[in-house]
Amino acid sequence: MRTFADFLRDAAKYGTLGAAALHWQAKQDGFSEDEHIARMRSRLQVMRDSAKAGLSPNLRSVSGMVGGQAALMNAPEQLGRFGLLGKAGAYALSIAEYNACMGKIVAAPTAGSCGILPGALLAAQEQDGFSDDELIMALFAAAGVGRIIALQATVSGAEGGCQAECGAAAAMAASALVQLYGGTPEMASHACAFALMNMLGLVCDPVQGLVEVPCVYRNVGGVSQALSAAQMALSGIASPIPSDEMILAMKQVGDMLPACLRETGEGGCAACRSVCGK
Amino acid sequence: MDLFDILGPVMVGPSSSHTAGAARIGLITRLLLGAEPAQARIGLFGSFQKTYKGHGTDKALIGGLLGMAVDDERLRDSLRIAGERGLQYSFYNAEARDAHPNTVIMDVDGVDGRHICVKAASVGGGEIVVEAINGLEAGFTGHENTLVVTQKDAKGMIAQISSILSANALNIATMKVFRRSVGGEAMVIIELDGNAEPGLLECLEKMPGIYHVAYVAGKTEGY
Repeated sequence: MRTFADFLRDAAKYGTLGAAALHWQAKQDGFSEDEHIARMRSRLQVMRDSAKAGLSPNLRSVSGMVGGQAALMNAPEQLGRFGLLGKAGAYALSIAEYNACMGKIVAAPTAGSCGILPGALLAAQEQDGFSDDELIMALFAAAGVGRIIALQATVSGAEGGCQAECGAAAAMAASALVQLYGGTPEMASHACAFALMNMLGLVCDPVQGLVEVPCVYRNVGGVSQALSAAQMALSGIASPIPSDEMILAMKQVGDMLPACLRETGEGGCAACRSVCGK
Repeated sequence: MDLFDILGPVMVGPSSSHTAGAARIGLITRLLLGAEPAQARIGLFGSFQKTYKGHGTDKALIGGLLGMAVDDERLRDSLRIAGERGLQYSFYNAEARDAHPNTVIMDVDGVDGRHICVKAASVGGGEIVVEAINGLEAGFTGHENTLVVTQKDAKGMIAQISSILSANALNIATMKVFRRSVGGEAMVIIELDGNAEPGLLECLEKMPGIYHVAYVAGKTEGY
């Protein structure tokens, strides 16, 4: 299972991307599917706990640049206005800020992009009442997508820029949302492609080299890209570029990025006068 | 790469390389020391040196030395806990031309007087490499269950060690041997397929010519 095309072939056999991914994992290491489901359930719990803990208005990161802002986004007035997107954004920021404040999180696929996938799934569960079991299978789908991106390209900001970290997270979340809302594996593949397409070229430019600015806000941006990509796919819109090609395009763009835009804290936001500390 | 490498590790933030990897290095150093640490002198290279405060790299390294895993929420308070547990520590800027940017060198004294010097790098995603122990090349990742034996460089030592392992039904996945000088101190690093029980470690430690045995259990929870 090295490409999305392989993944779709397996999904046709097992019903969903999540089921195909779970089956693949169980075949790899000899643990039963039930044991893997239990392991994923404990990850879901860490995700949920971090989303809650990050909503505290009193959190501050070591540098003091971020923390406590998710509480503002989570205000009833904002949630009423922005609906699912508002809730998902608040959770994405909450988890990303909690990470910046030395909270316990699940890297998904990285610590810097840890808010996007759980933000999308937890908000969808709150709005539409999905069970934990459904979320767990969506997490398997997401992990399968992330693994293919990591194999074919990279999920490291230092190698491929933010498009590789938050871009992969958004693609994983988009595919997981499509599965959660009953879309086909092909639709999930289109959602992955759309998310990567719309995050293509995003640079990794952490201010002072820290996982704070713009990282926590990019988690909010990433979750909105995931929701939009899922909405397009679930509406029946097909990406003109298949996900496997988008993954390679993302890698090629990553390879072209200069080092100053790959997690070195030298270019982009990191070079802006107001924050760079120079 | 499996699915839990993608949705994982479960870790205390903010950075898999600068926090989780650092905690893992601290914990492995503690296991290699094999005692409660009393004093640590920690040299930071490159990116570790420039961003350690904001990433909590210092807290992660000390927390690891105190026995905390990458998902232990006490990592945040480890500097205070170090005070309570009598671990004295200091950080300094280390220099080396060819070091990986996230490298640390730790000189640690145990409460039993034993001293160890570990040089390790955090190479991304929480993965680490222990590069050297007491100046001897090491080169292991801690992914697998790893046995680190320090012994006298003498004929038959390695055969004896491997026969004890095989008598305990343990298969050797990889083995590396280094020595300081002929007949001097030597170190053997063995990655095992199975899990070494405490009894086996004691048995190895009692063997004549063996100075020290340390055991680093492979990646488990959090990963």
